Amino acid sequence: MAMTPNDSFLVSKLDWVANYCRANSLWPMPFATACCGIELMATASSRFDLARFGAEVMRFSPRQCDLMIVAGRVVMKMVPVMQRIWLQMPEPKWCISMGACASSGGVFDTYAVVQGIDRFLPVDVYVPGCPPRPEQLIQSIIDMQDKIKRTGTLLGSEFASRTTDEGPRALALEVLPQDAIVAPGDYRTATKTWERN
Amino acid sequence: MSHEATLGKLTDRFGPEAICTAEFRDNLRVTVEDDLSFLILQFLKESCGFDMLADLTAVDYLHYPEAKDRYGVVYCLTNTATGERIVVKTMLNDPDPALPTCVPLWRGADWMEREVYDMYGIEFTGHPDLRRILMPDEYTSFPLRKDYPLRGRGERHNFPFITRAES
Repeated sequence: MAMTPNDSFLVSKLDWVANYCRANSLWPMPFATACCGIELMATASSRFDLARFGAEVMRFSPRQCDLMIVAGRVVMKMVPVMQRIWLQMPEPKWCISMGACASSGGVFDTYAVVQGIDRFLPVDVYVPGCPPRPEQLIQSIIDMQDKIKRTGTLLGSEFASRTTDEGPRALALEVLPQDAIVAPGDYRTATKTWERN
Repeated sequence: MSHEATLGKLTDRFGPEAICTAEFRDNLRVTVEDDLSFLILQFLKESCGFDMLADLTAVDYLHYPEAKDRYGVVYCLTNTATGERIVVKTMLNDPDPALPTCVPLWRGADWMEREVYDMYGIEFTGHPDLRRILMPDEYTSFPLRKDYPLRGRGERHNFPFITRAES
């Protein structure tokens, strides 16, 4: 009984195989700083069960994660920590900005709160809501998987092409140039003026 | 709670002109001069039994109607034996608002004075470790002063962006 080639071979692309593996076993790094973190925990636990989508292995070490979920407002003092955690994660890695505060600062438009983490980090998927329902976070994970399957490459060349600043521009009326001061020293640190052009 | 005994002791010791009192809903408030504040706090602790510093904070009275002074430093004291409470307030002005520290009296004043220094820039002379407690060390402003804009002066965006290619 001779086997036909159709029975013994599966022809595919290495990119597809890599994407298939990566997308279906995302290991999230919960960077939870506020109430969105509670929804994140609910998403991971039994009622909403993120395990159905292969992303339930929350690790508290960035070295073991490939998906950073920033859940909650990020204050200015936290930005160097967040950037450091992001840099410690091994490639390939992705970032979800969960909730209004992480995405835009939300209601906290004050001197201490960063107006969106995408000003300092490359973000792949944004989740609206205050805080988002677990279903929304699950949808964002599904979107993330879809994005990985569509754009991912074996060697990560889609990351290498993202060389520019992806965040929004500074608000024009935020502070007048003559009122702006730049704190000295570095927070890992601060080397550029507040104006982003 | 009656405050007559405490008030009597205070006026006997420092004279009626040294302190200015007000009462609001059985809450005794005493306003004192800044050069007398440490002595009065020490007297309240050692002779009137106010053994607990419940809170230490400050107020910026800039643009406040009919305010004569810029800053008010507020000490909320509690006598844990009788439950009596008293609020001691000291007014300060620019430039260089400063007060003697009360860490030798209540050890718990340490972080509260650091917080007041961090937010209002009021120096506490003699404090063992007067550093910023909430804001980053590199921060140069005092954010709870009323002349500081709510959105800051650009410090919150003073970080480098990490592009995807370099991370």
